[in-house]
This record gives sequence, C-alpha cells and structure tokens, in this order.
Amino acid sequence: MEKKQSLSGVFMNGVITENPTFRLVLGTCPTIAVTTNAVNGIGMGLAATFVLVGSNLVISLLRNFIPDKVRIPAFVVVICTFVTMVQMLLQAYVPVLYESLGLFIPLIVVNCIILARAEAFASKNAPLASVMDGLGMGLGFTAAITIIGCIRELFGSGSLFGLNIMGAGYQPMLILVLAPGGFIVFGMVLGIANIIMKRADAKKAAKEGAQA
Amino acid sequence: MGLHISNAPFIYNKDTTRSLMLDVILALLPTTLAGIFFFGLGALLHVLVGTASAMLAEYAYQKLTHKPVRIRDCSAALTGMLLALNMPVSAPLWVTLIGSAVAIVLVKELFGGIGDNFMNPALTARAILMASWPVAMTAYTQPVFSLGLQADAVSSATVLHGLSATPLQMFLGFIPGTIGEVSKAAILIGFLYLLLKGVITWHIPVIYVGSYALLALALGNNVLNGVLSGGMLFGAVFMATDYVTNPMTRRGQVIFAVGCGVFTCLIRNFSSYPEGVTFAILLMNIATPLIDKYVKGARVYGKGKK
Amino acid sequence: MNELLKILMFMVSCVLTHNFIFSRFLGNCPFLGVSNKVETAVGMGVAVTFVMALASLFTWLVYHLVLVKLGLRYLDTIAFILIIAGLVQFVEMFIKKSSPSLYKALGIYLPLITTNCAVLGVAVLNVSEGYNLLYSVLNGTFGALGFLLAIVLMAGVRERLETSDIPEPFRGFPICIIIAGLMSVAFMGFSGFGG
Repeated sequence: MEKKQSLSGVFMNGVITENPTFRLVLGTCPTIAVTTNAVNGIGMGLAATFVLVGSNLVISLLRNFIPDKVRIPAFVVVICTFVTMVQMLLQAYVPVLYESLGLFIPLIVVNCIILARAEAFASKNAPLASVMDGLGMGLGFTAAITIIGCIRELFGSGSLFGLNIMGAGYQPMLILVLAPGGFIVFGMVLGIANIIMKRADAKKAAKEGAQA
Repeated sequence: MGLHISNAPFIYNKDTTRSLMLDVILALLPTTLAGIFFFGLGALLHVLVGTASAMLAEYAYQKLTHKPVRIRDCSAALTGMLLALNMPVSAPLWVTLIGSAVAIVLVKELFGGIGDNFMNPALTARAILMASWPVAMTAYTQPVFSLGLQADAVSSATVLHGLSATPLQMFLGFIPGTIGEVSKAAILIGFLYLLLKGVITWHIPVIYVGSYALLALALGNNVLNGVLSGGMLFGAVFMATDYVTNPMTRRGQVIFAVGCGVFTCLIRNFSSYPEGVTFAILLMNIATPLIDKYVKGARVYGKGKK
Repeated sequence: MNELLKILMFMVSCVLTHNFIFSRFLGNCPFLGVSNKVETAVGMGVAVTFVMALASLFTWLVYHLVLVKLGLRYLDTIAFILIIAGLVQFVEMFIKKSSPSLYKALGIYLPLITTNCAVLGVAVLNVSEGYNLLYSVLNGTFGALGFLLAIVLMAGVRERLETSDIPEPFRGFPICIIIAGLMSVAFMGFSGFGG
C-alpha cells in the first residue's frame, strides 16, 4: 500500500505508529522523573508539545535558509527560544506546576524527541505537515506520560488528578511515587505496550492475509 | 577444599535444585520455630502465606507464559519463606502476599526464572515493601513470651534503635525484630546444618560478619550489639549465600562478603535507615556481575556456562 | 577540618545519594543506550565525566560573571547549551586524536553528549542550588562519577543477562528500565548519606 502523507496520517503517526515514548523510547528522563502524578504528566506533555509544534513550524519555515553545516546548533537555538518562552509562561500563569516540574522544564531543550523531529521531519517537510507532526508527537508523548502518571498516582498515593479515589482504607504503595517506582512502572508499561502492539499487528496481518 | 558441589551445573538440574532448596528450607526450620515461639501463631501465618503465595505466583506466571511449571523445584517456596521470615509479625498478611508476588514475578521470573535473577528476590521484595509501607515494615514488637504471656504485642524500638538487651537475650532471641532474625542460636543451628551438608561454605558468612565487626570497631560502635541484633546473622547465613546472586570464584566471594560487611556498617552509621543488611547485600548483588567479570580464579560453583 | 569533612560528605552524596541516574533521573538516554558492554560503558562514563566537570566550571563562570552582571539571566539555558555543544566538540576532537578505538566504540553517542540531559541538568542545578564555584565543579565531577558507576553496573548486569530467557516483549528497553528500577531500590540504602 502506498503510504499517503495526509495531515491526519502524519498526526496519527506521532500518536500511535511511532509513539515517541512507547515505540521510539525517546525522552525517557522526564517520563521517569515527573510522572509522580497525572497532572505533572499532562503539564510536562503539553509543555513539550508547545515547544515541538513551535520549533517544528519555525524550522520548517527556515528549512531552505539554514546551511546544512550549522543546522544542529540552529535547531537548538530555535528549540531553546521556545523552551524559554514556555518557562516564562508557566512561571507566570501556573507557578505550582512550574515548581513541581522544576529542572525538567529547561531540560526540554535536550529532550531527544524534539531535536529528532526537527532533524527527521521539520527540516524536510512543509510547515503545515510539520505542525501536525509536532502536534501528533507531542500529544502521543503527553498521552504516554499521563498514563504512567495516572498509574503511579493511583497506586502510589491512592488518588487521580489529586482526587482521592481509593478511599481512606487504602494504604498506598509509596515506592511507586519514589525513584524505583518511576523506572519499574515505565518498564512494565513499555513491556505491556509491546504485547498489545504485537497482538494488534498480528490481528492486522491476519486480516490482510484473509483479504488477499 | 572438600566441596561437594563443584562439578555439575546443578542450578539447571531439577532434582539437585530441589534437594538443595529443601536443605535450605530445613535449615530455616529452627529459626522459623523460634519465631513462632517468640511471636506466636501470627508468625506461622506469615510463613504459610509467604510460601503459598510465592508458589502460586510462580505457578500462575509460568502457566500464563506457557513455560514449564517448575514449582516442584521448591525455589519459590524458599523465596516466600525467606521473605516471610524477614517480616515483622505485626505487619498485615497482605503485605507478605504482595511481597512474595513481587519477588517471584518482578525480580525472578521476568528475568528468565531460576538462575537468571541478578538480585536476591526475597531481599529485593523486602526493600520494596520497606519503601512502600515503612510503618508496617518497621513496627517491631516485643516477643510475646519475654514480657509474660500477654496477647497484645507491644511495639518497641529494636536494639539498633537504642533498646538495651543483654547479649544472652539477643543470642537466644528475646528481642524485638523480624520473625526469622531474632534468635541467633536458631540461625546458627541452621548454619551448622548447611555447613555439614556442604550446601554452603563458611567463607561468606564469616567474612561478612568479620569485616563488619572490624569496621564497626574502628568507628566505635558496639560490635556485640551490632552482630547479635538486627538482620546481620540471618542475612549473612541465608541471604548473602544465595548461589545465584553472589560471585562464582572464591576470591570474588571474599570481595562480595567484605563489601556486604562494609556497606552494612556504613548504612547503619550514616544513612537514614537504622538497618543496612538488606541494602548492603542488594548492593553487592548488583556488583556481582562485574566482580565475576574481572576477578578470575577457580570457580566455586558449576554455574555460569550455559 | 570541618569544612573538609563537609566537602567530603558532599562528594559522597553526589555519587551515591543523589545519583544522577537513580535519584535525579538525568542521563537516561546514554545510560540505556550505551550500556550493553562494560568497556563501552566505561568509555561513555569517562567522556561524560570530562564534559560534566568542564561544563560545570564554564557555565558557572559565564552565568555569574557575564549573565548576572549584564542582567541577562533569562538567557541561561541557551548560553549553557552553546557552551556544552562547544565542549563536546572539543572532547570529540581530543578522543579522536588520542584514542581512535575508543572514538570508534563510542560512535554516535559522543555528539549525543550534547543532548545528554545530565550535562545541561548539572549546569542548571548548580545555579538553582546556589552552589559556589568549588561546589559546582565538585557536583559536576562527582555527579558524573555517579553516572559512570551506574552505567558500568548496568553494563555488568546486561552482559550477564545476555543469554537469559527474558520474555520477548520485555527484551531491550523495558527490561533495562526495570533493572534500573531494581538497582535504585538498592541505592535507596544510601539515602541520608552526606546529609
């Protein structure tokens, strides 16, 4: 089948097919560090999405003007500008979130997902497609780390988005919101995602096989 | 050295594994009985729940992943028993149950099952439980018999927390602690049995305790209290000697044991945890692959080659 | 004497208690990517140590002597990343000259130190924690040694598990991340070291 580069296709590619967290396993540091609760997950995801969309757009617009030799430093400067913007916006409007994401806001600069999309997509594609790619990748990342944040918050502190879910009698498994929990939950979710995707692929293959 | 266990790659042989595991379980019986004597039937319940849930977890995992079911080799039973003996009797039973499942599935089976785990499953599970439910895991109680026959256990500080006890009390087990660790006398009976059967050699336990004692002496700690209280002897005899997670060569084992002693002492003195045995052995478990890679010498076990 | 002890405790806590991998979650990409062989892990760790020590020094100087003086604090991230990129170029050239085999082994990961968040992370941390020059450089150097320790331990375990029967969907990244989780369980024993 011819791969059609429709805008929705580009978008879904980021969310599902090449999900940056589950498929490409990029940006692991924030995935482990800030996912102690669901709100942090969404906050981090959306901040990264903002940077991704912005940097993809600008880099795509400038793609014919940036000399090949200095493209990486140029990309980094563009990304850095958007990160500084996000940093200031969060500090001004959601200081609580800004505090809890802390160090990992400036570190969006070195989030491999963003530089990888600049290099692999935005520098070769039209602005609109690049924006869609940034949006898809960003939301795919957001979804993934929010799922991990939900699991850790639900079992590690008995709540979800700050609301107590498990009841007063529940004794949370504290380790899930500590360092080891970040690694272990991410590893487990990654493995389970692999199982699910393998099943889905097998189903698809069986379907196509039946049609042929 | 007269070792009975140096030829066959026994870890992968079902029958020898089984008899080995049964020997260790047998060696654990004195301290289990002592635990029941000191802490009542609650201790027995922990051991039963721990053992049963570990076996069940292994059975369920192996069925689910279509692997041959190997609970008959008794390694899961041993892991569950070791974990239960590392619990304070006042901890809820569901904590033991979760711990056993974590030990078997997360620490052992996910890495390929028996022989492939790089950390001791029971100890790792204990550390995870300690971080998860710190209150339940450190609510040590006075032995029921030591304060007369009262039904309600009185929670108490341990010797490492500053409770005073005579050496004899500590040696026999009339002190608060986890189910399996309190009676040093019972642990030593198990140790002797394992030595006589050739299941383990004296090196790791003796060097572990010795290096701890030397460093504790240098730091001005009460050495006798340090050795006779907490999980030191239990860890040295039953945890640090786990075949799978300590080095293959004698020289490597010496390094391993010294490391255990040093880390136990450092953690007891400088970390925010009062007890360091669990973490010390786990840290040396992690270092074991590197020790095996760089410390050459005659192999003590017939494992490794596959 | 007391000050010396304090510095010693700080160094120990940088390596063990606040380990970059196990407690700060910085530098996971190379930690997971270059840890399948002990030898390459050592090389990567040494390269990172070199860059992190130098980066701590230069970013501190630039931040306090240039950015603060000129009132350009908000440019810190961009200034740091440019300094780091330059340093990495320099280290790359240096290794290429002095040890071609190491250069070959580190392959694509060497330029990737630029995007190793541990390096930018330490620069930002030094500023946000308000460390002076000495503490910043110590934080960079010993934090990086903690990274070296972590990646070498990881490589040892991975070499051992090479032939293990790990369930297929968990091979590669998932099992590595779980190994890191179990290791950080053991490293919890160091909590409280050095205050």
